[in-house]
Amino acid sequence: MDLSFTPEEEAFREEVRAFFRDKLPARLSTLVREGKRLRKSDMEEWHAILNERGWLANHWPEEWGGPGWSVIQRFIFDNESALAHAPRVVPFGVNMLGPVLIKYGSEEQKKQWLPRILDGSDWWCQGYSEPGAGSDLAGLKTTAVRKGDVYVVNGQKTWTTLGQHADMIFCLVRTDATAKKQEGISFLLIDMTSPGIEVRPITLIDGEQEVNEVFFTDVEVPVANLVGEENMGWTYAKYLLTYERTNIAGVGFSIASFERLKEVAQMQKKGGRSLADDPLFAARMARVEIDLANMQTTNLRVLAAVAGGGAPGAESSMLKIKGTEIRQEITSLTRRAYGSYAAPYIPEALEAGWNGEDVGPEDAAMAAPSYFNNRKLSIFGGSNEIQKNIISKAILGL
Amino acid sequence: MNFEHTDDRRMLADTLVRALRDGYPIETRNAGAYGETGYDAGVWQQLTELGIVSALFDEATGGFGGSGFDIMVVFEALGRALVVEPFLGALMAGRALAKAGGHDETLAGIVSGETIAAFAHDDGATPVTATKSGDGWTLSGTKAVVSQAGAASVFVVTVEQDGDPLVLLVPADTAGVSVRSFNVVEGGAAGDVTFENVTLGADARVGGEGQGQAIVDAAVGAGLLALSAEAVGAMEFVKEATLGYLRDRKQFGVPIGKFQALQHRMATVLLEIEQAHSAVINAASAFDGDDTKARERALAAAKYTIGRTGALVAEETIQLHGGIGMTWEYAVSHYAKRLVMIDHQLGDEDYHLQRYIALG
Repeated sequence: MDLSFTPEEEAFREEVRAFFRDKLPARLSTLVREGKRLRKSDMEEWHAILNERGWLANHWPEEWGGPGWSVIQRFIFDNESALAHAPRVVPFGVNMLGPVLIKYGSEEQKKQWLPRILDGSDWWCQGYSEPGAGSDLAGLKTTAVRKGDVYVVNGQKTWTTLGQHADMIFCLVRTDATAKKQEGISFLLIDMTSPGIEVRPITLIDGEQEVNEVFFTDVEVPVANLVGEENMGWTYAKYLLTYERTNIAGVGFSIASFERLKEVAQMQKKGGRSLADDPLFAARMARVEIDLANMQTTNLRVLAAVAGGGAPGAESSMLKIKGTEIRQEITSLTRRAYGSYAAPYIPEALEAGWNGEDVGPEDAAMAAPSYFNNRKLSIFGGSNEIQKNIISKAILGL
Repeated sequence: MNFEHTDDRRMLADTLVRALRDGYPIETRNAGAYGETGYDAGVWQQLTELGIVSALFDEATGGFGGSGFDIMVVFEALGRALVVEPFLGALMAGRALAKAGGHDETLAGIVSGETIAAFAHDDGATPVTATKSGDGWTLSGTKAVVSQAGAASVFVVTVEQDGDPLVLLVPADTAGVSVRSFNVVEGGAAGDVTFENVTLGADARVGGEGQGQAIVDAAVGAGLLALSAEAVGAMEFVKEATLGYLRDRKQFGVPIGKFQALQHRMATVLLEIEQAHSAVINAASAFDGDDTKARERALAAAKYTIGRTGALVAEETIQLHGGIGMTWEYAVSHYAKRLVMIDHQLGDEDYHLQRYIALG
């Protein structure tokens, strides 16, 4: 047993660090570090920089433009990315649709769509959840009826993250209403500019417009945009979800946000001393720091099992639960650390490019909105309760 | 990065696990653990003949292992079988002597398993003091709840002093040494060791001037790693037993493991055990490193983690088993007691959390 990285992995880490040092614009890392909301152009800028280096789709096969990294290299990259306060890669095209097309798409589809994901020609969003199909995703009701060389789509998707920026949406649709619910689903690629599509923003708890409802009324989609076979969409959907969970523990994000928390606790005062020296607060911080150190090793153990040929799968559910609990606890402590100055609601201060005067300590305005926003972590990607169901079935055999 | 044990270490673990599975059923364990001496001398001899103690020491000390991961695999296996024989004392007293150098004969006896040793560290109501007398010392006071004190023929005793602690080697038959032995709640034995004007020569000293803290840290560090690994071994046993019960036990016409309320509790138990396992790996990895602060921090983190998780696993396994988990006859109840009471040895979860903060 040896927890250190190999010399090759260390060299890789240095290479990655140098890349972030040289290529990550300070303007972007400052926005991320301060917890500001990025604009579409900010995200596109960072995608272009990563793509130029060939590191945007880092788990794609080399044939389609991936760098051919091991799971450990990807872990190192994801961690360093978070520690450098790089923007997150917008996952919908790169991490979700890409792997599905590579595994199940036709040659024409791969050639048509994959390069456009890399060069930013298309901004994809995800059409999975519906008002009546959340945890019970297979209960979805949006229909696609074949008429000649098009499908006619009717229904509604919801919680569509960053759908307001999207040119394209990949959708789960029902193509056979008579089959068992998992067996009548297909996977369609739909142009967001098609007639009959309407996008309505949903304002979230922190005031942010991050997610949307998408309505489909007699939307015509070319049959060529069906991925794989008709009625096999559930298989592809589940395959996509395992990719969604690759970096699900978010260890890098937690390390970076914990470092930030330590700075804030050092700076804030309570009872005449630094908050970091308050025994109760120090204990709360130490608990989550230890949990995080344990989590990092748990995460690496799971990855090492994958690298050694073992099956990943349900173990990612464990990473998701614990990883999101840790991330939520850190945002909770950060909110508490700002004391009364976590209260002022200054929506403009959350936006990239705001240059106004802070109320209270720098970045205090972000603390409570960020805490509330991150309640989503235990809900999306399969709620933590759904993850426990998966663990019970797949790992515990209950 | 590699999370596989070496072949040698895996073989050691397999040998030990098999020997304990075949030769140490819970009835044998309990007969010793709740018997008069709190352990089984025959079992102790068989296990030491397998070289289990030698695996805890390096070649320079006459053993064949001694790394953090050796301690981890041995104590994980011991924990899985709920072993009460005096391995912890051998490890801690032995590591203290090995760190200090000298007392070679006693150390050789400990490593071979012929000598049973105890590490007498926590003070009782009357703390142990050492008064200089001639070249040596006069020792008075009581060490509290020393693991397997009654079985030990030799004590390694720590004495708090201004500056550096004093460490002394005291044979149990020295005039003025008495042991009040008792069984402990989860099985096994301990004792209060009282020193009444015990006269010791200069040769009783373990280590030289200024070495005391390093010796105590070596012994206690090894003990913390051992207890943490033991706890994870016990958790693994409990996890398997509980899963078996959830599959077998039927109520309302179905196995109770079909109920989501129980599934989610069990999933949480699994998660926390994996986290505890990672904490022990982190501690074992830091144990042999040069960075003493990182080592002490990882050890504190591990003991804190298993203290918290041990109680959780114990309480959950009893709850998930229902009434049967409350019975003396069923093995799980004894594991649950060990998992709770292990937090009372070498500092509890709060103590180690504070230590972790202080080291930060």
